[in-house]
Amino acid sequence: MIRVNELTKTYGLRKAIDNLTFEARQGEILGFLGPNGAGKTTTMRILTGYMPPSSGEASIAGYDVVKESLEVRKRVGYLPETVPLYTDMTVFDYLKFMADLRHLPNAEERVEETLEMVRLLDRAEGYIGNLSKGMRQRVGLAQALLHRPEVLILDEPTIGLDPAQIIEVRNIIREVGKERTVMLSTHILSEAQQLCDRILIINKGKIVAEDTPENLQARLTGAERVQVRVRGETQDLAEKIAQMKGIQNVQSQGEGLIEFQFAPGQDLRPEVARLVVEAKYDLLEMRSINLSLEEIFLQLTRDDIPVPAETVPVNEE
Amino acid sequence: MQNIWTIAKREFSNYFNSSIAYAIAFFILIFLGGYFVAYMVYLSSSSGFMMDTPDAWQVTGGLLATLLVFSLPFLTMRLVADEVRMGTMELLLTAPVRDYELVVGKWLGAFLFVLLLIAITLVFPFMLNQMVTPGIDQVLMLSGYLGLVLMAAAFLALGVGISALFNNQFAAAFVTLLALLFLWWFIGLPAFILPTGGEIFRYLSVGSHIQDNFATGSVNISNIVYLLSLTGLGLAIGTTAVEMRRWR
Repeated sequence: MIRVNELTKTYGLRKAIDNLTFEARQGEILGFLGPNGAGKTTTMRILTGYMPPSSGEASIAGYDVVKESLEVRKRVGYLPETVPLYTDMTVFDYLKFMADLRHLPNAEERVEETLEMVRLLDRAEGYIGNLSKGMRQRVGLAQALLHRPEVLILDEPTIGLDPAQIIEVRNIIREVGKERTVMLSTHILSEAQQLCDRILIINKGKIVAEDTPENLQARLTGAERVQVRVRGETQDLAEKIAQMKGIQNVQSQGEGLIEFQFAPGQDLRPEVARLVVEAKYDLLEMRSINLSLEEIFLQLTRDDIPVPAETVPVNEE
Repeated sequence: MQNIWTIAKREFSNYFNSSIAYAIAFFILIFLGGYFVAYMVYLSSSSGFMMDTPDAWQVTGGLLATLLVFSLPFLTMRLVADEVRMGTMELLLTAPVRDYELVVGKWLGAFLFVLLLIAITLVFPFMLNQMVTPGIDQVLMLSGYLGLVLMAAAFLALGVGISALFNNQFAAAFVTLLALLFLWWFIGLPAFILPTGGEIFRYLSVGSHIQDNFATGSVNISNIVYLLSLTGLGLAIGTTAVEMRRWR
C-alpha cells in the first residue's frame, strides 16, 4: 500500500530524512517512532503530497506521490500534527466543505456517519472555535476519515488528549486499521506497542530499527532481568546471589532491592528464591523487569551514532 | 470546476463572518451616500438641474473606483496568507485540489462579494435617474459599471496573488495597496512628462482605462483585454506562489 524507496529530503544543507526505505501492507498499522525532529512529519508530508522529496520515490496504492499526486491525495486521509481547522466554521460546515472538495456523493449523510464514528454528532452545529482540544482532534480525525481512505496517515493523533480521549481515539484507529493501512507517528512508546503491528524507529532521518513490537523487545533485551525485594540489609545477600552460576550483573539498590539477570530460557528464579530463604531473609517480592520499549528507544536514539539493533550490548561482563 | 466553486462558496460566506469585510462595506457605502447627498445639495442650490445632466460616473462612479483601490487590498489580504497562519494550508494542499483551483476559487469568492457590494451602489444611479429629467444616460452608466467590475476582478486577482506570497496578512495588504496605487496612477505619470512614447504608459495605467474609456463610454476591446490580462497575471502569480510553497 505504502512503498517508500530511498527517500531523501534536504532543507538547505540539513538532511531531514536520509535514504528512507520501508513498506506498509494493507490492513497494517505501522508505527512511526522517533524523537522530535527525527523526520516523521517530513516523511508524512511527502507521502500526502504536501511537499516533494529531494530524491527517491514513494508511492501509495501504486500511485507515485509526485507524478500522480492528485490520485494519491484522493486515496489518503491525513491528520497533520497541528490539526488544521477553520475555527469560525461549525463542525458540520467544515466537514461538509471537506466532503465537497472530495466530491463525495451524499456528502451530508457521510458527514453525519463520520461524526457518529468519532462521537461528535451532538456538537455538529457548534463552532469549532468553542471545542476543547480533544474534540478538535476528533474533528481532524473525522476530516481524515470522511472519504473512507485506503491509507490513513496520522501525525501524532493522540497528542494533547486526556486519557479517556486517548483510549477513544486508539479504538477508532484500531477499528479503521482492520481493513485499511494506517501509518501513525508518535513518541509515546506504549501507544505504538499497543496499537501497531509493526514499528519503525527513526532518528535523525534514518531508520534505526524496524520490527514488530514483541520482536523489537526480545531482540533488544537479550536477557531476563529480575528484581527481588527482601526485608533488611542486602549487601551480603547480593554477594551470595552474584556467586550463583548463570547470574549476571547483580546490583544492590538499597532498601532491600536487588536486581540481577540471566540468559533467556534459563529460568533461575526458583534457585534464587531458595537461596534467599535459606539465607534467612524475608522474601517480599520477586518480579521480572523487561527492558521497556522506552529504554530501547532511548538506546537507539541516543545522541550521535545510531546503534544497529543487532549490536546493542547485552551486558556480557 | 467543482472545486473552484466549493472554495469560492466558502470564501464568499466567510466575508459575512468578517468584521473587516463589514467595515469596508460600511466605509464605502457611507462615503458614497454622503458624497451623493452633498452633490445633490450643491446642484440644487447653485445652477440647479438646468445645467448639463450629471452622469452617474460624475456623481458616484469615480469616487467608488478610488474607494475600491484603497479597500480591495483588505479584502484579499487574508485569502492565502491566513491559511498559512492557521495551518489550514496543509489541509488544502493535501486535499485533491489543484493549486490553480485553490487560487481561482479564492479569487472568485472575493469577486462575488465585491460584485454584491458594487450592485448595492447601483442604488445611487437609480435615485439620480428618478431626480433628473430626462433621466441619466444608461449606456454611460453601464459602461462605467463594466469598468468597475473588470477593475475589481483585476485588482482582486493581484491581491490574491500577493497574499499567496506572504505569511503575514498585513504585509500582504500593504504590498497589494502599493501595487494597486502604482497600477492605478503612478505608472501613467510618464505619459504626461515624456514628449513621445508616453502612450505605452497610458495604456498600462488602470486609471486611464477607467477614467478615459469606461467612464466616457468609449470602450474598446483593448481596454477589456488589458484588465482581463491583469486578472490572469494575478491568478498566475498566486498559483506559482502556492506551488513554490510546496518546494520550500
